[in-house]
Amino acid sequence: MYEIDPERLDLAREFREKPFGRHSGELQRVINRMRAGSNEGRLVLVTLERHKRWGLARMGAGLRAPLTPVPGHEFTSYEEAEWTVFTLRWQEITGRELVLD
Amino acid sequence: MLEILGYGDRHSVRPGDRLQVKVSCEAGAPRFHAEVVRMICGDDLPNGAGYKDQPVASPANGDYPARRQPLDAGSAVLVAPSPLLDQIGSFTLTALVWPTLPGTSPQTLLARWSEPARAGFRLGLDATGALALDIGDGKGGFAAIKTSRPLRERAWYRVTATFDAATGEARLSQRPLGHLARDNSASEVEAILRVRPHAPADAPFVMAAHQTGRRGAKTLLGGHFNGKIEAPRLAARVLREEEIEALQLGIPASLAAEILGAWDFAKETPTTRVVDLSANRLDGETVNLPTRAMKGAAWTGEAMRWTDKPEHYGAIHFHEDDLYDAGWETDFEVPITPEMRSGVYAVKLTCGERYEQLAFVTFFVLPPKGKATAPVAFLAANATYMAYANSHHGWDDVLAEICYGALLEFGPTERTVNARRDLGVSTYDVHTDGSGSCYSSRLRPILNTRPRHSLWNFGADLHIVDWLEGIHQPYDVITDEMLHQEGLSLLENYRCVVTGTHPEYHSLAQMRAVEAYLGKGGRLIYTGGNGFYWRIAWHPTLPGVIEMRRAENGTRTWIAEPGEYHLSFTGELSGLWRNNGIPPQQLVGIGFGSEGFDESSWYRRRPGSFDPRAAFIFEGIGKDEKIGDFGVIGGGAAGLELDIVDPKLGTPPHALVLASSELHSNVYVLTPEELISTYPGIDGIEDPKVRADMVFFETPKGGAVFSTGSIAWAGSLSHNGFKNNVARITGNVLKRFIDPKPF
Repeated sequence: MYEIDPERLDLAREFREKPFGRHSGELQRVINRMRAGSNEGRLVLVTLERHKRWGLARMGAGLRAPLTPVPGHEFTSYEEAEWTVFTLRWQEITGRELVLD
Repeated sequence: MLEILGYGDRHSVRPGDRLQVKVSCEAGAPRFHAEVVRMICGDDLPNGAGYKDQPVASPANGDYPARRQPLDAGSAVLVAPSPLLDQIGSFTLTALVWPTLPGTSPQTLLARWSEPARAGFRLGLDATGALALDIGDGKGGFAAIKTSRPLRERAWYRVTATFDAATGEARLSQRPLGHLARDNSASEVEAILRVRPHAPADAPFVMAAHQTGRRGAKTLLGGHFNGKIEAPRLAARVLREEEIEALQLGIPASLAAEILGAWDFAKETPTTRVVDLSANRLDGETVNLPTRAMKGAAWTGEAMRWTDKPEHYGAIHFHEDDLYDAGWETDFEVPITPEMRSGVYAVKLTCGERYEQLAFVTFFVLPPKGKATAPVAFLAANATYMAYANSHHGWDDVLAEICYGALLEFGPTERTVNARRDLGVSTYDVHTDGSGSCYSSRLRPILNTRPRHSLWNFGADLHIVDWLEGIHQPYDVITDEMLHQEGLSLLENYRCVVTGTHPEYHSLAQMRAVEAYLGKGGRLIYTGGNGFYWRIAWHPTLPGVIEMRRAENGTRTWIAEPGEYHLSFTGELSGLWRNNGIPPQQLVGIGFGSEGFDESSWYRRRPGSFDPRAAFIFEGIGKDEKIGDFGVIGGGAAGLELDIVDPKLGTPPHALVLASSELHSNVYVLTPEELISTYPGIDGIEDPKVRADMVFFETPKGGAVFSTGSIAWAGSLSHNGFKNNVARITGNVLKRFIDPKPF
C-alpha cells in the first residue's frame, strides 16, 4: 500500500495547479490512493444547481444506500471541489492538515 | 429526485405510426404539459455546444391530468388459476434452490397464496434465511413452521414441504446438495397444524413471489425471491423421500396421477413460457424476464452452452429488481405525420419549472419503409442506449472515481435511479443480489437516454445531429433496432451512413447488415470509439429487449459465470465480438484499445494522411496542425474511449492510418483484452497503444470507411461555429462519401 508523505507539499501544489489530466508519477500515486478502495464513506459531489453549484456528501454502504450530506461545503467549480476533497483526504490518510501558502 | 417520468411504446417510428406516451408524476403535480420537439443538440453545459430543439406542431401538445403510475418490479413465474389447484388438500411441494440473498427479508419460493386473505400455502425463506411454510384458510386461521438454520448463500439445496390434510402433519426439509464436509445447514422440522390451506379460486400458483393483490387484470406480486429455482414440483399427496428424488428429472409413471405440476425450466428457454411436464399442462409464464439458461444443480462443466445439454441448465435466476414492461397506461398519442421529417425527436414533459420537473420521451422518426429521403443516414445506437438504460454506474462500481479521474457527481437522475430500483437496472449493473444484469428493456422510464443529461451515448450523439443541422446536410435517422429487424434493406439506399459516438452493442444481424452494406459499395463514417464491441441478441418475439452476457474478458462491470456465456434468447455466444472472431478492426479498421475519462487530447497527422488517396480528407488542414485540441468533452477530440488499428485483428492492409492521438494521462489504461498478462506501464504516459487512430480505407465496389476512434470526436464538431479542423475533416469525408463516384 502506498503511503502518502505529508511532507510532500509539492505534490499537493501540483494537484492544486492542475487537478485533471496528466500528473507526475508521484502525484498519480497519491491520487490513486485517495480514489481507490471501498465506496463506503467515499466523498462525492451532489448537484445543487445544474452546472452551477455542488455540495459534498458521503456514500453509504451497499446498493441503494442514501448519501449523507457533509455540511459546510459548497462549490461553484469542479476544480474547487477537487481541491477541497484532496485536502480532506490528505488529512484523513496522513493525519496531518494540509496547509499551503 | 425527478418528479416526472415517462416512456414511449417504441423508440423507432415512421410516418403513419402513433407513439403511445405514458407518464407518471411522482410528487403530486395535478397536471403536466407535453410538447413534441425535434432534437438538435442536448448539450446544456455553460460552455457546451448549446441546447437546441425545434417545436413541432402536434395534436399531442398540451396539458394533461397527472397521475402516479405504478412500477411492479421483480420477476416470477405465474401459473394461472386452475380448478386442479382448488382440489389441493394434502400436498408435497419441492424444488432445488440456490438463494443469493438469504437472511435479508422474507422471500417466497413457491406459493398458492393470497396475501390479502392470508390464504393458501407459501413455501419460502424467512427473514433469517431459514425455510418456512405458511398455511392459511382465509378465515383467520393461520399456521407457520420453519427450520432452525438459514440456507447458505449460493449453495444448492433440495427444499421440500409436505402437508397431510387428514392428520395436519407438516414437514419441512432443507438438504444441501454440495459436497462440503462440514456443511451443517441441513435442517428438518415437523409439526401438527390445525389449519388447512384454502386459497381463493382466482389465486395463481406463483414461483419466486406470491400474490399480494390485483390491479385490474394484473396479478400483483410481493415477497420476491433472489436466486435460482430449478425443477419445482407440486404433488397432491405426501410423497416419500425416494419418490421426491425420482421426480428430479421427470415424472415416473407410478406417480403420474398424483403430480399436479412438474415444471422444467430448461424447455422453451428463449420464450416466456414455463413448461409443465405433467399431464395437466399447468404451463406458466415468466413475469419481468428472470434470467434463463442458467446453470442448474446438475451442471458439471461437460457442456458450456445451454443448447448442448439443456438438462444442465434447468434453473431460472429471479431478481427482485427485474423489470421488463412497466405496463403503464397511455396518457396520449403522438401521431407521426409526414411533416415530421426523419430525425431525433422527444416529447418534452414538464410539471413545473425546475430541472426535476422535466422529462423527455425520446424517439426516432425513420423515413417511410424502403425509402431514403436524404443521401445520409445517421444510425442512432439505441441498442447501446438500452444497454446503459438507468445505469447505476458510480453507485455500484468501486472503480468509478479512479477511472473517471474526477469526483463522482450525483444529480437528480442518478439519485432517482439509486433510490428507485424498481425502475430496473442496466446491463452495466448487478442486481441487488450481486448477479450480473443480462437483459435491458426500453419499455420503462429510461432516465439517461435524454437531452440535458450527460454527454454520453445519446447526449453525445446529438452533437453529430447538431453538426449535420449546422452544415445544412439533409439526413435521415435510423436505429439499431430497425437495423436488426430490416438488415441491409435499411442501409442500402444511403450513399453514406454515419454512426454515433459509441455504437458499442450489436447483434449478429446488425453486424451482417453493416458488412453487407460495405460489401455493396456503401460508405461508413464511424465517428466514435469502443464500437462494434459486445455481442447482443434482441428477443425473437418480445419487443424492445436485448440480452448480453459479459463473458470471458473485455472492459466489464461484472463477469458472467463460467458456463453462462451464451445468450438465452438465441443460444449464441455473447461477450466481445473480438472473442466471436469478428473484431471491430475487420469492419471499421480499428477497435477498442483504452479508456480514461479525465481529459481529452488531440491528434497528430501520420504519414498515411499525406497519401494521395487521403488528400480529400485533409483538404484545408495544415501539415503540422494539432487536430482537435479543443472541444466540449475533456477539452479535446481524442478522449473517453479510444480505438486503435491492429492488422492481426483485421485492419485491412491497405488501410491508411491518417492520424493518432497523443499525450493521454495516467488515467487512460489499456483494455483487459489487450493484455496477455498483467504488467506495469499500461497507461497513457507509458504505453504507446494508449491512443486513438484515425483510419481510411476503400471497400469493394467503390465503397469506403472512415473511422475516428474516439468517443470525444463529436464533442469538437461545433467549436467556433463548426469552423474547425475536426468539423472540416468530417465534412470533407462526408462530402466525398456522398459523391457517387466510386473509390
